[in-house]
Amino acid sequence: MPELIAKSALDGKSLTLGGVTLAEATVGPIHSVAVFPGGAKSTAKGLKSLGLAMPAPNSFVEKDGVRLVWTGRDQAFLVGVMPPDLDGAAITDQSDGWTVLSLAGGAAVDVLARLVPLDLRPAAFPVGQVRRSQVNHMNAVILRTAEAAFEIMVFRSMARTAWHEMESTLQMVAARAGKKI
Amino acid sequence: MRVEGKGLIDRTKPVRFRFDGREYAGYKGDTLASALLANDVRLVGRSFKYHRPRGVLTAGSEEPNALVEVVGAKNQTPNVRATMQEVFEGLVTQSQNRMGSLRFDLLAVNDYLSPFLSAGFYYKTFMWPRAFWEKLYEPIIRRAAGLGSLSGAHDEGTYEKAFAFCDVLVIGSGPAGLMAALTAGRAGADVILAEESHAFGGRLLSEGGTIGGMPAADWAAQAVAELQAMPNVRLMLRTAVTGAYDHGTYGALERVGLHKPARPNLPRECFWRIVAPHAVLACGALERPIAFPDNDRPGIMMASAVRTYLNRYGVSPGKRVTLFTNTDAARATARDLIAAGVQVAAIIDPRPDAFSVEDCPVHAGAEVIGTRGRLGLSGVTVRKGAETFEIETDCLAMSGGWNPTIHLTCHMNGRPRWNEELAAFVPMEGAVPGLVAVGAANGTMSTYGALATGQAAALQMVSALGRKAEADLPEAEDAPYRLQAIWAVEGNGRAWLDFANDVTTKDVKLAAQEGYRSVEHMKRYTTQGMAPDQGKSSNVGALAVLADATGRGIPETGTTTFRPPYTPVSVAAMGAGGRAEGFAPQRFLTSDQASRDRHAPMIEAGLWYRPSYFPKPGEPTWREACDREVTMVRQSVGIADVSTLGKIDIQGKDAGRFLDFLYTNTFSNLGLGKVRYGLMLREDGLVLDDGTSARLGENHYLMTTTTAAAGLVMRHMDFVHQAFCADWDVRFISVTESWAQFAVAGPKARALVNSFLETPVDLPFMGVARVRIGGVDGRLFRISFSGEEGYELAVPTRYGEALFRDLLARAETLGGGPYGMEALNVLRIEKGFITHSEIHGRISAHDIGMEKMISAKKDCIGKTAATRPGLWGPDREQLVGLKAAAQISAGAHLFRPGTEIHRETDQGYVTSVCWSPTVGAWLGLGFLKDGRARLGEKIRLVDHLRGLDVICEVCHPVFHDPEGEKLRA
Repeated sequence: MPELIAKSALDGKSLTLGGVTLAEATVGPIHSVAVFPGGAKSTAKGLKSLGLAMPAPNSFVEKDGVRLVWTGRDQAFLVGVMPPDLDGAAITDQSDGWTVLSLAGGAAVDVLARLVPLDLRPAAFPVGQVRRSQVNHMNAVILRTAEAAFEIMVFRSMARTAWHEMESTLQMVAARAGKKI
Repeated sequence: MRVEGKGLIDRTKPVRFRFDGREYAGYKGDTLASALLANDVRLVGRSFKYHRPRGVLTAGSEEPNALVEVVGAKNQTPNVRATMQEVFEGLVTQSQNRMGSLRFDLLAVNDYLSPFLSAGFYYKTFMWPRAFWEKLYEPIIRRAAGLGSLSGAHDEGTYEKAFAFCDVLVIGSGPAGLMAALTAGRAGADVILAEESHAFGGRLLSEGGTIGGMPAADWAAQAVAELQAMPNVRLMLRTAVTGAYDHGTYGALERVGLHKPARPNLPRECFWRIVAPHAVLACGALERPIAFPDNDRPGIMMASAVRTYLNRYGVSPGKRVTLFTNTDAARATARDLIAAGVQVAAIIDPRPDAFSVEDCPVHAGAEVIGTRGRLGLSGVTVRKGAETFEIETDCLAMSGGWNPTIHLTCHMNGRPRWNEELAAFVPMEGAVPGLVAVGAANGTMSTYGALATGQAAALQMVSALGRKAEADLPEAEDAPYRLQAIWAVEGNGRAWLDFANDVTTKDVKLAAQEGYRSVEHMKRYTTQGMAPDQGKSSNVGALAVLADATGRGIPETGTTTFRPPYTPVSVAAMGAGGRAEGFAPQRFLTSDQASRDRHAPMIEAGLWYRPSYFPKPGEPTWREACDREVTMVRQSVGIADVSTLGKIDIQGKDAGRFLDFLYTNTFSNLGLGKVRYGLMLREDGLVLDDGTSARLGENHYLMTTTTAAAGLVMRHMDFVHQAFCADWDVRFISVTESWAQFAVAGPKARALVNSFLETPVDLPFMGVARVRIGGVDGRLFRISFSGEEGYELAVPTRYGEALFRDLLARAETLGGGPYGMEALNVLRIEKGFITHSEIHGRISAHDIGMEKMISAKKDCIGKTAATRPGLWGPDREQLVGLKAAAQISAGAHLFRPGTEIHRETDQGYVTSVCWSPTVGAWLGLGFLKDGRARLGEKIRLVDHLRGLDVICEVCHPVFHDPEGEKLRA
């Protein structure tokens, strides 16, 4: 039997409007690392091979393009690499469950401020931090990767809605700035 | 008329606009009201009840009279305040609430009927005969009531919602607001300055005077320029803060595109939620009218509005203006007009000791007791002591003093305080946590007082934020506010309090006389303050008249409650993006396009879109397609996307123990590579959900939930884990989105599945195996929701579409194909499998015959509660099958044949029905009292809604293959 064809939710779409670029990002494997009671030590040992440690709440750590993103109590997502052996934690493949959208450019904060009920001021949400919040009515994991750059993880089945809402917000923000759409 | 050399409008930019079909000229910077007044248009609307001719009363968002409709290419917006709508090239507006033309409104007959239309008219008149209400009265009243009209079409305009955060929110940009913003901004705090008008400066744009030695308007411009240059200050123009809510959250409405020709993607409005630990309320005060007879004619307006039109817009609302006021400050109206070359007919001041310095006649101790002019003011009658005389005038500027704009301070239930000296309510300190009222909003009426209190509040906030700021105040006018309250003038004829809802002093007195002495009762009886302006101009005046009529003081009378929003907010803005498909996220399956390619109508299941059936040529309705798909599954093989089912990955040494606690039955003893059906109860002992769980490893399970309850079950598990067994060695996470899963069912299912597997497996019923499919690691479950030999094949979601399309191609070769939700439903009813139609939240395990699944050997959530009397036994309605020769319906009720059909004889109800092509009859599932003991009985099914009355046979719920030979084959 021939090999199955793989498809992402948005076929790698991207769009630039008013200096902001929205794109479906390819981030590689995503695995949930959920530390068992008493498993912190052995999990930390396993993560050492990647040069990473479990991140503090609301933050992510990064090394050589591999990220460990806090997603909940005793839980983080390992993004960009297959997980090493981790005795003290439950590992669950989440690679296909999420669509990652990157939003970057001057007015990225203005776009996000219309979809996300978070304080986006750099002091309140600095680079290197992550929030579990919502994009309109969708659950989302939002990473701030630079002052004006975010990665937004939404459920894969809702990717089209997320794209539509972000695209129309981009259009409105650009129209406000007097840019022709 | 336009006055040369006055105003802040841009005379180099003329603008043409339309009102009631006529084209007019204005300038950039004009509002519709100022531009109409510049064109000597005084009549702009008709009043709500009596259809009296009305003109512009104010120059702000409190306007009760000048409400118009703005007509766009695709929409029509009613009740737009002409005083807030800026003119732009191509603006089209029209008057509203009229029958016929604005000049000859047929409903003006109401004005002649006014003796009969007093307060409480509806309640008194339309009570009898009772039958007339629905057929006669209500339709007539509905036609006559209301103000503007809607187009009837959906509002497809662009609207926006947004969030903002800051340290200090400054509401209003008059002297107090600008000073507060400057002080906080200079200290480095994040500041938002919100101004509802289209220019910053507040009253500074409308009044003369100087600040720091320069004209007030210039000082304002300089302050705004300084604020603009600060990166920590955000200036929000055309933004009205409309509500104060918990935790320092404020609602605000920004007019984004309403002052420009429509452009694609440009929002019309934006609804902001602003979160600020500190807020300065600097929204000034509202000037209040005086209730004298016939005080509602076009041409009678607030004195402060006359100054605004003159000084800000370069317009004199009249050629010969009269001033009627009880304050010194309002005298500036006459002085400004005289200085601009406009004739002032007289100043009428009810204070006997009023001074007289203006270059025009001043009548101290006098009152206006009547007015003339049908469609516009032509003269007033004045009473001075015993003498009365006439003054010819086309504009009467009135002022009864000022009411601080305290509305936001009342939004969290704070009651305002009465200030005798101001004869007005002032905010109660701390009524909204973090919000401080300053300037005129707090009853400080001088310009210097506004600057000083604005700065003082900001200094306090800045220091609370741990920042330092310098106190630095410019010089400004600091005259005392001297007023002798005047609410109403006695005289013949009606004196209006609430212009918007046509409430007169007579109505308020009548309310008091008829026993509506509480201000809340008076308000509802007379409708005072219930119009779109929410009584901004009339509330204090009305309760003063009520206080007088009931012989109490104003503080004892109290005031009604101000609630959000401060100014009207369009629902379209609050619900921005939420119309039609925007209402909720849409969840799409990987098979979505393939199903649509086959013309499958998609139905919503939760947020998911699932194919309902796959029509083929020659199938006129869904029924033919559904029957074919059912037969196809029973005879060859069918494919259905079941990815929507909730999937939860559970790991840990206590995973089995955790499942034992969640499910009624035991999972810790489930063999590796096995699947088991489980039932879950709520804490109250009723059924929560059902599904299967598979044991993938020693400490690794995969739970399946129903589509509808996926989120619910996840939440329940989180609760149980956190509340009862947080220390257990168990972790779980949703993998619903990670796997695309397809049901393959039918006698040829095994052949089809095996043709896909790199290594075919011989899987027993209720088994699970890891498999390789097309180079991908997948999972194969042998479970069945159809009663046939069934498999579910799962692959990572990215391969879902490919696998679905490939499965269909091979299934069709075997004589099979896809089946949709309709066929899936028929298959499970034939097999007697339940869904949330049956376990609808009021059903116990006993009701569905699964009481034996509640293990006696262990505890589980809901176990004890399920033993409560009343949740089991023959008195309960129990799950049964129904079989009929004629059509039956879900929702129908069951009765014993021969009994009367009414509530008390009800024996049960039907939850699911279908036409079964397999059995050749109508089948149903339902709940019948003591049903399991009544198999074989005839029962009468009645559906009053659909007009069905059918005799059914009570059966065992499993119609198809009751021994289960097929699915175990």
